[in-house]
Amino acid sequence: MTTGTNEISGPATSSITRPEPICGMDTWMPVATRVTAIKRENLNTHTYRMEIVDEALRAQYRWAPGQFNMLYAPGVGEAAISISSDADTPDMLDHTIRVVGSVTRTIFRTQVGEILGLRGPFGVGWPIDRLDGRDVVLVGGGIGIAPLRPVIYWLLANRDRVGRVVVLYGCRTPEDRVYAEELENWAEHAPIDVLVTVDNATGGWTGPVGVVTKLLQRIRVNAERTVVMVCGPRILNRVAASEFLQLHVPPSQVYVSLERNMNCGFGRCGHCQYGHWFVCKDGPVFCFKDIADIFAIEEI
Amino acid sequence: MVSGASEQSGPPARPKLAVYKFSSCDGCQLSLLNLEDELLDLVEAVEIAYFLEARRRVLPPPYDIGLVEGSISTPEEAERIHQIRRDCKFLVAIGACATSGGLQALRNWADVREFTRAVYANPEYIRTLDTASPIAAYTFVDFELRGCPVNAQQLLELLTAVLMGREPKVPRHSVCLECKRRGLPCVLVSNGEPCLGPVTQAGCGALCPGCNRACYGCFGPMEQPNIRSLGRWFSERQERSPRTLKRLMRSYNGYLEPFKQEGDRYEQIEQGQE
Amino acid sequence: MNADDSVRQFLPKASLEALIAALRDQGYTVLGPRERDGVIALREVHAAADLAHGMHDEQAPGHYRLTADDDQLYFNYVLGADGPKRYLFPAQQRVVQLHVEGQRFVMDAASPAPPKLAFLGVRACELAAIAVQDRVFGADDPRTFRCEAELSYCETRRNAFFVAVNCTRPGGTCFCVSMGTGPKAERGYDLALTELRAGFVVEIGSERGREVAAQLPLRLPTEAELELADIKLAQARHSMGRTLQTDGLRTTLARNIEHPRWDQVAKRCLSCGNCTMVCPTCFCSTVVDSSALDGGSVTRTRLWESCFTHQFSYAHPGPVRHSIRGRYRQWLRHKLSTWWDQFGSSGCVGCGRCITWCPVGIDITEEACAIAATPSQSNSPFAEAWEGEGEAEAAGEVPR
Repeated sequence: MTTGTNEISGPATSSITRPEPICGMDTWMPVATRVTAIKRENLNTHTYRMEIVDEALRAQYRWAPGQFNMLYAPGVGEAAISISSDADTPDMLDHTIRVVGSVTRTIFRTQVGEILGLRGPFGVGWPIDRLDGRDVVLVGGGIGIAPLRPVIYWLLANRDRVGRVVVLYGCRTPEDRVYAEELENWAEHAPIDVLVTVDNATGGWTGPVGVVTKLLQRIRVNAERTVVMVCGPRILNRVAASEFLQLHVPPSQVYVSLERNMNCGFGRCGHCQYGHWFVCKDGPVFCFKDIADIFAIEEI
Repeated sequence: MVSGASEQSGPPARPKLAVYKFSSCDGCQLSLLNLEDELLDLVEAVEIAYFLEARRRVLPPPYDIGLVEGSISTPEEAERIHQIRRDCKFLVAIGACATSGGLQALRNWADVREFTRAVYANPEYIRTLDTASPIAAYTFVDFELRGCPVNAQQLLELLTAVLMGREPKVPRHSVCLECKRRGLPCVLVSNGEPCLGPVTQAGCGALCPGCNRACYGCFGPMEQPNIRSLGRWFSERQERSPRTLKRLMRSYNGYLEPFKQEGDRYEQIEQGQE
Repeated sequence: MNADDSVRQFLPKASLEALIAALRDQGYTVLGPRERDGVIALREVHAAADLAHGMHDEQAPGHYRLTADDDQLYFNYVLGADGPKRYLFPAQQRVVQLHVEGQRFVMDAASPAPPKLAFLGVRACELAAIAVQDRVFGADDPRTFRCEAELSYCETRRNAFFVAVNCTRPGGTCFCVSMGTGPKAERGYDLALTELRAGFVVEIGSERGREVAAQLPLRLPTEAELELADIKLAQARHSMGRTLQTDGLRTTLARNIEHPRWDQVAKRCLSCGNCTMVCPTCFCSTVVDSSALDGGSVTRTRLWESCFTHQFSYAHPGPVRHSIRGRYRQWLRHKLSTWWDQFGSSGCVGCGRCITWCPVGIDITEEACAIAATPSQSNSPFAEAWEGEGEAEAAGEVPR
């Protein structure tokens, strides 16, 4: 591992990016959470606002942007879903869910007022404790914006602590945008730059068309002082990381959130292994310099 | 998801279950009837609307869940399956016959008229297709449950899953995982048996290895089976002939790929040797 | 008599019965090697007569045969397919049973009390494997995560009594000497036996071991007996069925992710998962839900899982390791390389089970050796950013 002069030093994970799980530390018994609101994002993606039923637990629950919960549908199973709300209001938990399997399909049938199980929060989040004085570029693809949304909330609340903030987001069509209204609102009114691109300009879309990394042509990054956070499909992670490295952003300042099969959430079941890392406890957010040796290798 | 007849008013109706028989031995239907501990719960959870082997009463379609046993082997069957498909919201092919053509699919490699002449005194009365085929060869199915016969617990899991509206948990990996989880001795390694467990889909609970017998593949090929490698071991280390290997492949699921392809390959090798 | 840790004792052959009785008197369920359908299996023994005796195992890649032996020794065979892992980390274990009641989950059944087990005839490699799993399941770290299954592991483990047997006749697929785990048990046992014709040279490894030893008709061994035991162990060291050159192997495997050997072994590998099931250190598991027909009561069960299944790495839209090549590579690299990063040791203890019980006789030592012999250094297109000093000029072409 190399240590260049401009790298951010310090331990890979801190208590700021990794609060301990409130549930799941010692049990496979999930805690009950009540669905308080459901928002339709697109055809197969909904955002579920939840609160832990037990008030004492709800008051204790803390999490950091980038962490995830194992959401549980009794009798069906669990799915790892990142938390996408504001970490400053930890009693109100948003999970943006796309239907891809049995568990997410069951969650899709859950109505407001009904309960689901939860274990978490698990994993290491984004390096929000290392952003002071930095420019921040967030790159999200599709539902990959979900784990980045808490970072946006944090940046908005701590706007004076960081330099320039850019959010680059890409999805298939304008109708597929997740958090579409918020994105528009931020673009219009927030002190951050938000750029959205789509693969297919359906409807009255007049914005950029093409893959999200094409948006890089529209901005200039100050490589030395920029921290990049990427979350999207595998191909986006790969291309985005590569492009930023070509722009001379140091590997120690590029962060990627990875997706893997997860069963336990705490590094015991083995499913999420990625090289020697357990994505559930060493990630899902990784600093690029820690995974450069295996990044982009198929079937690792 | 099966919602029963929740759109109607009045007390919620139980989802209707239909069980059909095609060319088969009835063993899979018996697996359902053999669920003695769970049968009462089952009839509470579903209404048995059509199950000629179990009850005379027949309720009219549509049905929520249809289970089809047996292969399509006659012109009548080839017709009938299309109506069944229209009658059932969720159609499941159960057992080796319904999912691969079954044992009777062995005739797919032979001349069926020759068989009828050999077996029947008046073969002219026999109306049969040249091939025995799985249900999915004639109509689309929502799920296939393997096995000869199907495993009763898997059948129950299937019904539970359909009632809950989730995917059935049916493993696609090898029999070996079930065998080793049970702590059974490996008949291939410790006894030199030509066990098909390493290329066969789990689900039986390693029934045959549990009786100190080699697996003969009645649950069909597992996900991504490496039959070629296992066959090489059987022929080189166990000195099995291509004919033996062909027969191993061509049994209960002989017409199901990739068992079919490998069986055909061994046949070619066998013929090349003659 | 006084048993002293530093002094080796001698247990006459006939008194093996006394050892089993002493353990049973203390409330242990004694598990020992028994012959079952032609294989040595670890099962409950009530008396010495239950133990496999006068038998010899012939082990080679994909080959196991148990034959009668003239030596009339108890432990003249080595490992069968299963070992203590099955009891400490059950293949199938209920972790939670629950039902939904209004707006809460109600736990229906607590985990059963952990059993009190005595393992008789545990080999050095097995003790090493248990030490490896201790680190995986956090048995030596109270601050770690510890769910129901790990708790059960830790408690069963803590309660367990280990009577080790030092290997005097290694099997055809053994390579514990290469892995530094045998053939003599150095730690982790309560009592350790080295079998001679007339009896066992006994070593005491713990306070618990001393208490049990105090109840046994032990005598001091003769000089000749001690010398014979030492000679047999020295001979065993030199008659390993296999060797594995471990120097630099961890790094070699870390860097040879795209070695052509992976393609070759993938042609042979059945991806059946037998190696992972018999491996004494493999710890992967899956918790699955099952529910009653009415959906009321839900049982969450932990099963042994294998990295050779599609389901293991399945993440929408498909398994990450979609080829047999990728899965075999994951398994072997995990055992011999990435395990070091995760748990500070090798994940392989050299027991040779994966070699013997592979249906097509794939040999981990042969595969690792083939890669070490022709390292290719072909890695991630991003490896430059990892290797090179100036990361500012990192990463060339975009891999698409």
